[in-house]
Amino acid sequence: MPDFLLEIGCEEIPARMIDAASSDLRQRVHKLLERERLSSTGTISSVDSPRRLAVLASGIPIAQADLTEQVSGPPVSAAFKDGQPTPAAHAFARKAGVDVSQLERVTTSKGEYLAAKITKKGRTAAEVLSEVLPKEINSIYWPKNMYWRKPSEKFVRPIRWLVALLDREVIPLEFDGVRAGNQSRGHRILTEGPIQIPSAGGYVEALRAAGVLDRGVREQQIRKALDAATRTIPSARWREDKALLDAVVNLTEWPFVVLGSFECEFLELPEEVLVTVMRDHQKYFAVEGAGGKLLPHFLAVLNTDGDSRGIIRHGHERVLRARFNDARFFWQTDQKHPLRERTAWLKHVTFQKDLGSYYDKTRRVQELCRRLSARLKNDGAAGMEKLRSGVIHKAAWLAKTDLTTELVKEFTELQGIVGGLYARAQVLDPDMKDEAREAIAAAIYDQYKPESMEDSVARSVEGAILAIADKADSIAGMFALGLQPTGSKDPFALRRQANGIVKTIAEKKLPLSLGQLFADAREVYRGSAAEPKFSDEVGYTAALRTFLRERLEFYLRDALGFKYDVVNAVLAAGSDDVVDAAARAEAVTRVRPSEDFESISIAFKRIKNILRQAGEAGKRVASAVDAEVLQDATERQLASRIPRAAEVVDGLRAQRNYEGALAEISKLRPAVDAFFDKVMVMVDDERIRANRLALLQTLLKEFSTIADFSEIVTESRESKESSKQ
Amino acid sequence: MAPETFLRVLGTSPYKVAYVQPSRRPADGRYGENPNRLYKHTQLQVILKPPPENVQELYLESLGAMGIDLRQHDIKFEEDNWEAPTLSAWGVGWQVMLDGLEITQFTYFQQCGGVDLDPISAELTYGLERIAAFLQDVDSIYDIVWARDPGTGRATTYGDVRLVDEQQFSFYNFEQADVQSAWTFFTLYEQECQKLIDNFRLLARPKPDGVQPDLKWFPLLPAYDLCLKCSHLFNILDARGAISVTERVGVIARVRTLAVGIARAWVDQQRGETQTNVNEEKPAAKQPKVKKEPVPVVS
Repeated sequence: MPDFLLEIGCEEIPARMIDAASSDLRQRVHKLLERERLSSTGTISSVDSPRRLAVLASGIPIAQADLTEQVSGPPVSAAFKDGQPTPAAHAFARKAGVDVSQLERVTTSKGEYLAAKITKKGRTAAEVLSEVLPKEINSIYWPKNMYWRKPSEKFVRPIRWLVALLDREVIPLEFDGVRAGNQSRGHRILTEGPIQIPSAGGYVEALRAAGVLDRGVREQQIRKALDAATRTIPSARWREDKALLDAVVNLTEWPFVVLGSFECEFLELPEEVLVTVMRDHQKYFAVEGAGGKLLPHFLAVLNTDGDSRGIIRHGHERVLRARFNDARFFWQTDQKHPLRERTAWLKHVTFQKDLGSYYDKTRRVQELCRRLSARLKNDGAAGMEKLRSGVIHKAAWLAKTDLTTELVKEFTELQGIVGGLYARAQVLDPDMKDEAREAIAAAIYDQYKPESMEDSVARSVEGAILAIADKADSIAGMFALGLQPTGSKDPFALRRQANGIVKTIAEKKLPLSLGQLFADAREVYRGSAAEPKFSDEVGYTAALRTFLRERLEFYLRDALGFKYDVVNAVLAAGSDDVVDAAARAEAVTRVRPSEDFESISIAFKRIKNILRQAGEAGKRVASAVDAEVLQDATERQLASRIPRAAEVVDGLRAQRNYEGALAEISKLRPAVDAFFDKVMVMVDDERIRANRLALLQTLLKEFSTIADFSEIVTESRESKESSKQ
Repeated sequence: MAPETFLRVLGTSPYKVAYVQPSRRPADGRYGENPNRLYKHTQLQVILKPPPENVQELYLESLGAMGIDLRQHDIKFEEDNWEAPTLSAWGVGWQVMLDGLEITQFTYFQQCGGVDLDPISAELTYGLERIAAFLQDVDSIYDIVWARDPGTGRATTYGDVRLVDEQQFSFYNFEQADVQSAWTFFTLYEQECQKLIDNFRLLARPKPDGVQPDLKWFPLLPAYDLCLKCSHLFNILDARGAISVTERVGVIARVRTLAVGIARAWVDQQRGETQTNVNEEKPAAKQPKVKKEPVPVVS
């Protein structure tokens, strides 16, 4: 049973694409081996580097096993006449490729039929693979690809060689004009010329001898080397950075680590700036000492076997010095005009062509913050008495000024962060206490949080309000202009911003109404130059409601992990108060497993169905339940229980004791079940029917304020009953 | 994008050239105060159409020819896909990093002026200032020795040649360029360019007697020049902060319309001449390949 090797030799594949493509190829080979009855008796593994994607499958059959199948033909009655085979029999025998005398008979439920055993001879693995592999290679998914020569196949980069072996035998494979052989390439610089792959089993070793290591080995080697290099400095550690590590692993075939240094004076610059330069621009690891403080060193991962004369280190140090010099120049130049001078400059920086400048935005956000703070304080929400409106006001005033700085123009990803750093470093106001300045700086620093669902929200309440107001202002403006996101286009990242609002409100437990927030946000645009271009308020409110509901749904389901039907049920009862929705989802999740709750859910589905059918059939529903019209004992029982239950439920709800309220609703189960057992709703008597429908209507109305139980997915067995009435 | 690049990569005629090209990006100006950043830098641009299979190896050999011994350095090909939205051109490729310094943009052009290229071209753009600073091991571009007087041995540095240039152009591009005038120039050049494109289209229509007119004299290169002027004015307006984030899209689209119009016209114009070019190529292929000697580095 030979080992199979496929290696696609390619020009440097983008680091970010290698892992997915390698996995894609391995899965494709796995599936195709199964499909073609050539399954591996051992393991299937992938080997990859920037210049190659390879798959090794050990112990596959040298050829497919013969495949015998039975094919059925015409009925015996039509196949033989007077003991002689008819043309039908001959035709079938011919088709099956056997002699008429070899035809068999099988008895089926429909009678006796002719049958033949057909043996499909198994083809050699080499033959099958050379035929099917090109299509698999062509089907590898690439986020971006190119063509080398039209009408060539598209691939991520030009393919330069192919190796396809079964043990030592070359599989006669061809892809896009490249023929497979047993010659590969080693490391670009460390090895000259092509290398021979002696056999599939000897692949990994042959590569290693030619200066190419597999991914797993490279990662290990880099980690060890980073540790070793850092050990030369007392108490130092390199800063873990998974994304950076993945990148450098995929940029090397034979990694080597050098430790470089930079002038201590650069440590005066904030860590955020230094690390951004090192990591994003140069792919260096930062080094920290005791207490996590940055040290004047960096670690570069090279794609070669050494740097004995220190030439490479020298080169890296030179580049880093130039970049740090730039950063320091910007930092110092920026400080000549402190943030407090820059708000006026924002008049010349456009936010959006119809919504005005960033100065206009600053004024609006300030006003929106003022309203939000006032609401939170006046509503007497827990902990809001200590809210420092002054901090928010000042932070909002300065929040966007860093957009005018050289540092942010150079490192746009540091927006907000640089503003916060400058605010901390500068005198914002001669009378201001350090503590206030610190709070303002933190709010500015955090204004863009959370940058994703995984990111944390702003640290302080003041920061949270600023972050929410800023995002709400952008979203409100865009929606008012009719520029809401579509299925594929969201150039202003409004979805991400709305997610951020939801997450911030939820985690900070702010009692804010989304509807009110966006009404306020639009209100703040009143009298602005943008307003004449706005669409009507009704459309705006409706569009936003849908949009925000989606975002809240996403948060509850994907971030908090609530089941989709619980989320649907809870949001149907209200999607305006984020904290409340989350609490209700929590409660529903807890009571959901109970039988009573399950039963109630089924009942509510039934109620909804009945009411819907009644509506479609034009049957009147009474405006209120008239006790006089109630006839049956069970319906009187149910009717009498409702008002008391509703009162208790409302009371528990007001205390936000949702679990208690749900438990109370569940107690109605016996009465509701009895009702459906004994009572027919759709009777001919119009008065009685209308009254019974009203009873159902009332049930639905009173007890759907926490969640719409009909949305809960239940065992299908009983829900079929719901269509009977 | 120089005419030698933009237009010559269109069409089927083979084209393998190298030339020096200044590249101006007003927004990168630093008044001569930044030792690594210039408003105008110099590129050695190489176009290989069609690219040979060993184009990457040839590139690495060229570095050796410049005096860079790759065994002593760390070289990486990091994904970087060049694109010029104003010219509806894009490609796929890498920035080549030498000991952490980007020295070359290596691109396989896929589209130019909205036209799919066939054959594609490999474009190697060497950053000459970067490479020179690397080879001479100087920290500032302005300290690069540009030339040395053979008699006195006195060096003329890069700063001697270009510092004033950087200072004055930075000042102009960031502070002095009149925005109104720039918009006026832009519109005038745009109109003239479009007029030429429209005229070409009119003349290129087949005559009633079915004869295809010969238009190889028609000034499409001057039209492209006008398009580049528009592109440059866009860059200046951008440096002056006169174009907002949302306006940019519209202005880029205007330049792109010109570029695409010219590209298509060029392809049609060249089709009349394709026959002659192909015949001329054949004798050249018969010449033996000359082994290149490494060029000694002047330091």
